Amino acid sequence: MRENLHRFFRAARGVGVHVSPAESIDAMRAVAKVGISDRTVLRDALLLTLAKSQDEKLALGDCFDLFFSQPEPRQDQPEAAGNDDAAQDADQQPDPSSSSGSAGEPGQAQPPESLGPLAQMLLSQDRNAIAAAIASASGAASLSDIRYSTQRGIFSSRILDAMGLQRLRDDLDELTATNPALAERLRAALDALREAVRDTVSQGLALYAREEAENLRNEILRNAPLARIERRQVAEMRALIRQIARRLRERYSKPRKRQRRGHLDVRRTLRRNAAWGGVPFLTAWKRKHRNRPKIVAICDVSGSVAQVSDFFLLLIHSLHEVVDDVRSFAFSSHLIEVSEVLEKNSPEEAMAEIMSKVGFGSSDYGSSLVDFEKDFMSTLTPQTTVIVLGDARSNNLDPRADILRRISERSKRLVWLNPEGRLAWGFGDSEMPRYATFCTVVRQCATAQQLERAVSDIVATYQ
Amino acid sequence: MADQKASTSIEAVESGLAAQGYIASRQIATAVYLSQQIEKPILVEGPAGVGKTELAKAIAAWRGMKMIRLQCYEGLDEAKALYEWKYAKQLLYTQILKDKLGEVLGGAQTLHVALDQLHDFGDVFFSKEFVEPRPLLQALEQPGGCVLLIDEIDKSDAEFESLLLEILSDFQVTIPELGTVSAITPPTVILTSNSERDLGDALKRRCLHLHIGFPEQRLEERIVESRVPGISQALRRQMVGFIHEIRSLDLKKLPSVSETIDWARVLVLLQASELDTDIVKDTLNVLLKYEADIEAASPQVTTFIAKAARSNVFG
Repeated sequence: MRENLHRFFRAARGVGVHVSPAESIDAMRAVAKVGISDRTVLRDALLLTLAKSQDEKLALGDCFDLFFSQPEPRQDQPEAAGNDDAAQDADQQPDPSSSSGSAGEPGQAQPPESLGPLAQMLLSQDRNAIAAAIASASGAASLSDIRYSTQRGIFSSRILDAMGLQRLRDDLDELTATNPALAERLRAALDALREAVRDTVSQGLALYAREEAENLRNEILRNAPLARIERRQVAEMRALIRQIARRLRERYSKPRKRQRRGHLDVRRTLRRNAAWGGVPFLTAWKRKHRNRPKIVAICDVSGSVAQVSDFFLLLIHSLHEVVDDVRSFAFSSHLIEVSEVLEKNSPEEAMAEIMSKVGFGSSDYGSSLVDFEKDFMSTLTPQTTVIVLGDARSNNLDPRADILRRISERSKRLVWLNPEGRLAWGFGDSEMPRYATFCTVVRQCATAQQLERAVSDIVATYQ
Repeated sequence: MADQKASTSIEAVESGLAAQGYIASRQIATAVYLSQQIEKPILVEGPAGVGKTELAKAIAAWRGMKMIRLQCYEGLDEAKALYEWKYAKQLLYTQILKDKLGEVLGGAQTLHVALDQLHDFGDVFFSKEFVEPRPLLQALEQPGGCVLLIDEIDKSDAEFESLLLEILSDFQVTIPELGTVSAITPPTVILTSNSERDLGDALKRRCLHLHIGFPEQRLEERIVESRVPGISQALRRQMVGFIHEIRSLDLKKLPSVSETIDWARVLVLLQASELDTDIVKDTLNVLLKYEADIEAASPQVTTFIAKAARSNVFG
């Protein structure tokens, strides 16, 4: 059972539940207390000790059901196959012992002693024994190491080998010569066994390989350029962005006051102890107040940059706990405020609405900056971080870098995120070098990973 | 053998809690049983009003132990949760003992000798007598054990969580001047949280994690039965069915078990024999706590009553 539990912990890690050694020890202790005879109690006990949130409970519950339902299909399949071929037998040649069909009694009577253990087992249709044999063989073949779907074949053959397929083949050859009817039954049983093993391997793949496959996919996705992402990956990307947001939230949503140990706040101490004539019974200590970030995001939503802006806005707006105040603006040829649209609607709807208002025009940085200065300059305070996201390709129109200078002077920091590589800055109609002089930081931001780093740095400056 | 014992003990927990008027689901009973067996705290999460705090009270009443409650809020620190020095008493004692001190130190010729003599009296003023125990320390000092309820842990600051870690894993606290205080009998610790913020992994790792959601219809009927005995069975089934329909709506705050119980009491007071549109509309404010929610729910009332009645006939 301990072996089984360890494999279950591995499977649990596969579905994204963090099972540390300490937790697995707790789970073991809990299982030792409640026993394993009652599956629902066992399930509750494991869910209580391992899962640490409602989502994890759901995932782990599914994983538990999949994991411990394993023996069932294996029991059924040999039986169904067995019945089939028993029926066939009865049709072809009435054989007194095979028509009885049930497990135990013909088993000892019929299979000749000379056959190998696997053949004996298959012929006697001892379902539990077969299930147990598959389980132990998959243990021997270390099925829990399976990682990719391409490994299915090799693991199936390893399991079959471990069960003694070689011996069975010999038996089969021998029987074909001596007792063709029995050989036929054995062959059918072997097919059923193959099927059962294949199912076991598929289940193993579903249980153990999920983590690896997901990691691989996420890794690729994190480093894929956001602008050229395929349509079917957009949903996955959104999920990834939400994950990133959660991570940033956990890292930065610390309390905003930090006690400065050892610094006495004299004024507050005196005031608090006025009742005792100023004898300091109660002491008050200085605290340092940390501001939460105030962010003004100005995003280019024209053509190629649109997709990146989409993900960026999604990320910024899912950071409620960390960021105090976000105002978002979108522009291509003119600029509008989009904070409210993003707060109220789902990401898909919001983006569609923004696109229908200002999207897909040819970008004009100059007039968009003029719009911003005219209407929204007052949103900037000395605590504000301004983030501009765009490729700075202004179609050879006046870039109005002077406005950017004034923005930079009014705000705490001005960060420019450019989805284009550094090499392309300054070539063609790119105004990046001219804008860059007024920015605190300019960085490339083309993939999810770069996006995470950029936002993380921005938030970190407030800590 | 052990398995047999476990399942009967889980049932024993269930019936023990039921005797205190707390109808527990099997998950809850398993959690309580396990927390006693492997001596781990339970972290209870779930929406407001599903009986998280009530669970701790029921356990205390069932096992005849004292319940010590620590209500968490922003700014709670160790002086209010763990222990505090009685400054005033310390100061007062030094004043009173001034003469005595003078006597003791009178023989000393030099400052050095006086200091040495003073050292002999050691930490008179930092001893147990001058410690004001707060809930956490009190809980450890109970000779017969107790139920320690740390309520709404998500309201406290993240630093406070770290303070709890030592108590939760080893049932001890360290006071720098006195050393480590270990529990005489490990208390049963229940932490509750409304998931207002994510708790740290270190805290979660030390606890059994129990999520109490809205109960199933059967269970809720049993809860109402035990809490409001005066209500007839037909009405009980109807009103619980109605509440389950309400919970399917998209509301600001869904009615939870405590609201169900309140409503049952109200219906008994009004001597209603069955639900009808008027009485539901009049008492909807017991169930729903926001004007917007009431507005959203009232057009549906008639349909929901019909649905509840129908399920009543078939169920």
